[in-house]
Amino acid sequence: MNARLRNTLLTLCLLAGLNLAHAADPIKIGSFLTVTGPASFLGDPELRTLQMVVEEINAKGGVLDRPIQLIHYDTGGNARDALNYVKRLIRSDKVDIIVGGTTSGDTLAVIPEVEKEGMPLISLAGAIEIIDPVKKWVFKVAHTDRMAAAKIYEDLNQRGLSKVALITGDGGFDKSGREQLRQLAPEYGIQIVADESYGNKDTDMTTQLTKIRASDAQALINFGFGQAPAIVTRNVKQLGIDLPLYQSHGVASKTFIDLAGPAAEGVRLPAAALVVAEELSDADPQKPVLLAYKNQYEAKHGPVSTFGGHAYDGIMIALAAIERAGGTDKAKVRDEIEKTQGFIGASGVFAMSPEDHMGLTLDAFKMVEVRDGAWTLVENAE
Amino acid sequence: MLEQLFQFLVTGITVGSLYALVGLGFALIYNASDVVNFAQGEFVMLGAMTAISLVAAGFPLPLAAVVAILITIGVGLALERFAIEPSLGASVVTTIIITIGAAIVLRGVALLIWGKDFHALPAFSGDTPIHLGGATLLPQSLWVMGAAVLLVGLVRAFLNRTLLGKALLACSFNRAAAQLVGINVRVMLRLAYGLSAGLGAIAGILIAPITFSSYEAGIMLGLKGFCAAIIGGFGNPMGAVAGGLLLGVLEALGAGLISSGYKDAIVFVFVLMVLFFEPTGLFGHKSADRV
Repeated sequence: MNARLRNTLLTLCLLAGLNLAHAADPIKIGSFLTVTGPASFLGDPELRTLQMVVEEINAKGGVLDRPIQLIHYDTGGNARDALNYVKRLIRSDKVDIIVGGTTSGDTLAVIPEVEKEGMPLISLAGAIEIIDPVKKWVFKVAHTDRMAAAKIYEDLNQRGLSKVALITGDGGFDKSGREQLRQLAPEYGIQIVADESYGNKDTDMTTQLTKIRASDAQALINFGFGQAPAIVTRNVKQLGIDLPLYQSHGVASKTFIDLAGPAAEGVRLPAAALVVAEELSDADPQKPVLLAYKNQYEAKHGPVSTFGGHAYDGIMIALAAIERAGGTDKAKVRDEIEKTQGFIGASGVFAMSPEDHMGLTLDAFKMVEVRDGAWTLVENAE
Repeated sequence: MLEQLFQFLVTGITVGSLYALVGLGFALIYNASDVVNFAQGEFVMLGAMTAISLVAAGFPLPLAAVVAILITIGVGLALERFAIEPSLGASVVTTIIITIGAAIVLRGVALLIWGKDFHALPAFSGDTPIHLGGATLLPQSLWVMGAAVLLVGLVRAFLNRTLLGKALLACSFNRAAAQLVGINVRVMLRLAYGLSAGLGAIAGILIAPITFSSYEAGIMLGLKGFCAAIIGGFGNPMGAVAGGLLLGVLEALGAGLISSGYKDAIVFVFVLMVLFFEPTGLFGHKSADRV
C-alpha cells in the first residue's frame, strides 16, 4: 500500500469518525441544584429524577436521535455559587438549555446572567418573582407560594372562616409565604389577627402558639418546611388548640406525617396531585402520568416527593421543546417552551403563553387532609 | 395573662433543660482538658439517630437506648484515641480545631448512613399533655427535666466525691503536676471523652421525641449548649445547667412578651452582655489564674 493511498484511507476513516461523532452529538442539559445543605430535601429528589429521566430516554435512543448529556453542579444553597456554576454551564460546558435552580434564591441570582446570554432556563423554584414580571428566557414549573396561599384562603372561605393566625419560620420560603398570605388576605375577606414567627431550627413553638390561643383566630396557618411545621403541629395538640390547622405545600411528604404523628390528624394543606396520585379519579388526565413517575421513582429510590416531580416537568418540557424545534437553536427552543400547551406533568397541566411563563392554574393544587395517617383528597372526603 | 406567663415559663424550662443537658457535656471535657469540644452536638445527634435506627429495627426502647449510648461512648473514645491523643502536646486552639473537624466528619458519616430526612423517636410515656394550672407540658419534658437533675447530681458527685473525679479535675488545673503525682493523664482524657459522649447520647435520646433528629441536628443543639456553658461559666457543670435553664426561659419570655422575631437576638445580646461584664460566666471561677 503506497503512502498516498494510506493517507487517503486514513482521512476517510477520520471523516467517517467525525461524521459519526456529529450524528451522535449529545444534547447538553445543564443543571444547578441544591443537593446538599438545608434545602437538600428539595434538590436531592430533583437530581435523582433528572438522572432517571435522562437514563430512560437515552435507553430509548434519545431525542432527535441524539443522546442526552446531563451536566450538573451542586450549589449547596449558596446563590453566589449558583451564579458561578451557571456561568460555567454557559461558557465552558456550552449547554443547550438549563433546568434548575432548586431554591428561589439560587434562581433569582442567575436570572440576569441567562437573560444576558440568551440561555433558556426552566426553574424548579417557587417564588413568583421568577416569572413576574415575565422574563424572555426564564420559565418555571413549580407552583408559586401565592397559589398555595390562595388555595388555603379558598378553603377557608368555603368553611366560612375569616379570622386567621399566621405562624411562619424565618427561612426564605416561610417569609415569602407569609408575604403572599398577607397580600392576598383582603382579596378573600380574610382578617389576620395574629402573626407569629419562629426560627426554623427551634425545638418548641408553644410560646408563640400560646399567644395565638389568646387571640380570636378561627384557624391557624403555618407556612414552612423541614421539621419545624411538625413541631408546630405537635405543639398545637399539646396546648389543646382546637382550631383547623393549615400547612403549606412545603411539608407535603410522608415524613411530615411520621414526625407529627397522631397530632397531624385533620391538618389540611394544598399539595401537588402527586401526593394523592392513587386517589385521583380515573378520568383525571394526570393520573397515569403521576402513577408512572411515582412507580418508576419508588422502584429506585424510595418514597416519591413532589419536588422531584418539578424536575420531571422541567426536563420533559425542555426535551419536548427541543424536539419540536428540531434542534438546539436556543431562540427556537425558547419559543417552543413558551408554546407549551396541554403538557400533562406531575404538578398539573401546563399551558404557557408569552404572558405566563409557568402555565399552571389553581387547579394544579389539591386540598388534602391527613386522615388515619395518610393524605386524603378533601373533595373526596366530603 | 398570668396563665400565658405560666405557659411561657413552663416552655422555657422545658427547652432550657434540653440546653442544660448538652451544656453539661461541654463543661465536662473542658474540665479535663481545657478544650471546648465542638463535636459535643454531634454526640447528641449520634445518640438520637442510633437509638431511632435501633427502635426502627425492632429493638425495645430501653435496650435501644442503652446500645445507642454505648455506641456513642465508643465513638467518643475513638475520637479521643485517634484524633485528640496523637496531638496531646498541641495547643488548646489546635485541639479545638481538631474537634471542629471531627464534628464535620461525624456529620458527614451520619449523612451517609441516615440520609437527610428527619426522624422521630416515640415518646417514652405517651403524648397526652399534662395540665398544670393553665399550662400544658408533654410527659417527655418531665423525662428531660428529671434526667437533667439526675445527671447533674451524678456528675457533681463524681467530680467532687470520687478519687477518679478528683483526678479528672486535677488534670484540668495542672496537667504536669497531675502527671507527677501519678495520675495517668491519657486515661483521664479518655474518661472525659467517653463520659461526655455518653452524656450527649443520653441527652439526644431524651430529646429526640420532642425535637426530632437529623444528621445536622447537632449543630443547633451544640450551639445552644455552648451558649449555656458560656453563660454559666465554662468548666462549671452546675453553671452550664443554670445557663441552659436561663437561656430557655429567656427565649420563651422574649418570644412571648416582646416578639417572636427578636427571640434569638435577645438571647445573643444577653450572651454578649455576660461576656462583657462577667467574662468567666455568671457562675465561673472569678479568677482564672493558675499557679
